[in-house]
Amino acid sequence: MSERPAGNGKSFEPRIVAFFCSWCTYTAADLAGIARLAYAPNARIIRIMCSGRMDPQFVLATFRQGADGVLIGGCHPGDCHYQEGNYKALRRYLLLKRLLRDLGIEEERLRLVWISASEGDLVQKVVNEFTETIRQLGPLRLAPQPRRTHLPAPAQPEPQPAVWEGGLP
Amino acid sequence: MSGPEVYSNGAPRIGVYVCHCGLNIAGKVDVREVAAFARELPFVVVAREYKFMCADPGQELIREDIRQLNLNRVVVASCSPLLHEATFRRALEQAGQNPFFFQMVNIREQVSWVTKDPRQATEKAKALVAAAVRRVILHEPLQRRRVPVKDRVLVVGGGIAGIHAALTLADAGKRVYLVEREPTIGGHMAMFDKTFPTLDCAACILTPKMSAVASHPNITLWTYSEVIGVEGFVGNFRVRVRRKPRYVIEELCVGCMQCVDACVYKDARFPDEFNMGLGKRKPIYIPFPQATPRVVLIDPETCIRLKTGKCRQTCMGACDRKAIDFEQQERIEEIEVGAIILATGFKAFDPRRIPEYGYGKYPNVYTALEVERLVNAAGPTGGEVRLRDGRVPQRVGIIHCVGSRSKRFNRYCSRVCCMYSLKLAHLIKERTGAEVYNFYIDMRTPGKGYEEFYDRLLHEGVHFIRGRVAEVTDWAITPEEEGKLILRVEDTMIGVVRRIPVDMVVLAVGLEPQPDADAVRRMFNISCGNEGFFLERHPKLAPVSTFTDGIFLAGACQGPKDIPDSVAQAGAAAAEALALIDKGYVELEPNTAYIAEELCSGCKTCIGLCPYRAISFDEARAVAVVNEALCKGCGTCVGACPSGAAQQHLFEDAQIFQEIEGVLAYV
Repeated sequence: MSERPAGNGKSFEPRIVAFFCSWCTYTAADLAGIARLAYAPNARIIRIMCSGRMDPQFVLATFRQGADGVLIGGCHPGDCHYQEGNYKALRRYLLLKRLLRDLGIEEERLRLVWISASEGDLVQKVVNEFTETIRQLGPLRLAPQPRRTHLPAPAQPEPQPAVWEGGLP
Repeated sequence: MSGPEVYSNGAPRIGVYVCHCGLNIAGKVDVREVAAFARELPFVVVAREYKFMCADPGQELIREDIRQLNLNRVVVASCSPLLHEATFRRALEQAGQNPFFFQMVNIREQVSWVTKDPRQATEKAKALVAAAVRRVILHEPLQRRRVPVKDRVLVVGGGIAGIHAALTLADAGKRVYLVEREPTIGGHMAMFDKTFPTLDCAACILTPKMSAVASHPNITLWTYSEVIGVEGFVGNFRVRVRRKPRYVIEELCVGCMQCVDACVYKDARFPDEFNMGLGKRKPIYIPFPQATPRVVLIDPETCIRLKTGKCRQTCMGACDRKAIDFEQQERIEEIEVGAIILATGFKAFDPRRIPEYGYGKYPNVYTALEVERLVNAAGPTGGEVRLRDGRVPQRVGIIHCVGSRSKRFNRYCSRVCCMYSLKLAHLIKERTGAEVYNFYIDMRTPGKGYEEFYDRLLHEGVHFIRGRVAEVTDWAITPEEEGKLILRVEDTMIGVVRRIPVDMVVLAVGLEPQPDADAVRRMFNISCGNEGFFLERHPKLAPVSTFTDGIFLAGACQGPKDIPDSVAQAGAAAAEALALIDKGYVELEPNTAYIAEELCSGCKTCIGLCPYRAISFDEARAVAVVNEALCKGCGTCVGACPSGAAQQHLFEDAQIFQEIEGVLAYV
């Protein structure tokens, strides 16, 4: 999607990356699927073991790579599979919000939610709401266009079988 | 941040497999398009779509391609990795590849099943596949950690489920700790008179199992005890159990009851919990004659000696075995087990929450559990159904679905109430000859012999009125209603509001989670469903497992169920626990953290963050060190490390950055 008209919310499809912890929120997203609870297709889910694994860099990189919103999902307070990873996630989240504000990025573009393994309906609700929030905010305009620093070489040597000799550019 | 200079396992040669899952995926996602898209991604040597990747021909496709095309990395786009990741990793292993050169893409639960528009579903699937392909390039060969498993099992809860699980394991030669918080095992089943639909006596089938538990050489039975702490992980749990003081030395007491007779209270005068308060007991008592262990206990709330310190202590004098010990203190036991079975049962719905049914207001409104005690030959009335004033009821109304199937309380069906109501209707009619009215919403009698039992009741002259009772009142408006309880109900079969006067109302209360289910769940680190029952790993394929390896569920703590289902589930949980501990070891996911020492600045940020104290500081080299045996793989330290020295196998920063780019590059 190269054309990304701005603003009025009509033709803009937000790009959202969701980091869900394996034990609660990712499982809840599976449950939403089992229950066939349709929700906005904008959120792409990346599984991590614990919301405590969320490196603040992941959020910044995600915005840098062109996301309009980042969603983090963890277990409810007191329910963390690893005892307290979600509290660590919360601390970093609050700090990150301040950082985003300082960078001129609307802090609503980052959201942390607690969704337990049984709350499939909440995944549906949260993703829909968040997609709508981002739609209202419009595209995140970071200039210049993100330079893709982490791409493996796009072209492959011919002929097949492919052999890649170098490291990542 | 760039990836490693040289890829593990040589130049990446990736195979991508897109599963149709019948029409589950292919009905929404254009699988051909996704495969064609994947074919163009870097390092992808082959991309195929197939009807069922998890089936053996699907797995063979992967194994064959690994052999023929020298694939060294595999991506499968199908269902959730929580379901089939292990399946596909095994396929890699069978073809001679390290199983961790694999990444799974969830395009069923998180794409085809939740996306309305096929176009959008296909685009989302492509983005996720692109992310996985980029990620798998950076995967590393890993070895699963193998840790030994303790050869013992803890069973929590001594109802029929816990008893059956404990016996099954003990008979298999395993050491079992059975912990029950009440003074006796037996649970709710011990309170019942008969069991549906066969009407065999509950005590006759339960008490032999109870004494088998008490006498089994492989079972350590701790009643009046509670689990207060759980640490560790699958195969290696450390559990602390609090053993409350009974003020009677269990090893010495033979249950002769002479102390009970000798108590300074000549008459029993305190409400008897086992009889739902319908009978009386003394401060020193045994819950019921077949209590197991058959050991008396002293209630510190009512015993004069324990309350005031002043008593003639006639009980002590009566005990020639010197078993009574007023100085007894609680004891904390610590045990190590390989597996845990939770069988903590249910709590009956408290009908005080429905004030219009008058429970607690009108003395002749009973809960079904109270009536179970009334009809029980060993109960407070010796099996005679009597009202509180001693009269025999002439007319009895049984209200179904009390607290169940209601948006106000619990939406679920409690599954057992229809059948136990039929049983009680039969028993009440048999004992009293009363007219019995059942007020039901729907009769639900699935089960072997259940419908036949319902049919039998229909022919026994029991009345069935279809309608949810609006209220129970003593406000009589006709002479016949004087002195009676009147049930106001819309009979939905004939569309008329009726008033049915009765002498006794029985509330068929539903099953609820134990009030402390949430605290127990936290202690054992498992999940609860929306209604508060413990959550199974998979509703169909892993009904007794939890999301925490090594912890299994049995009985009504997982959801309302009757005795046959509880026993079946207990057997299943025992088999699962047995399979785990008999193997002797478990393999753990190799997703531990490690420190790249050349990057570590020795700031110690990670050390305080680790909830398992798995990270220590090497003073000599001034770097942090992760103890792999203690690390559980949450990655909290990794997320916090300011220099990127802390890393996590399987969830490397570089891998996740690739995933981020992948999902965004193809939006």
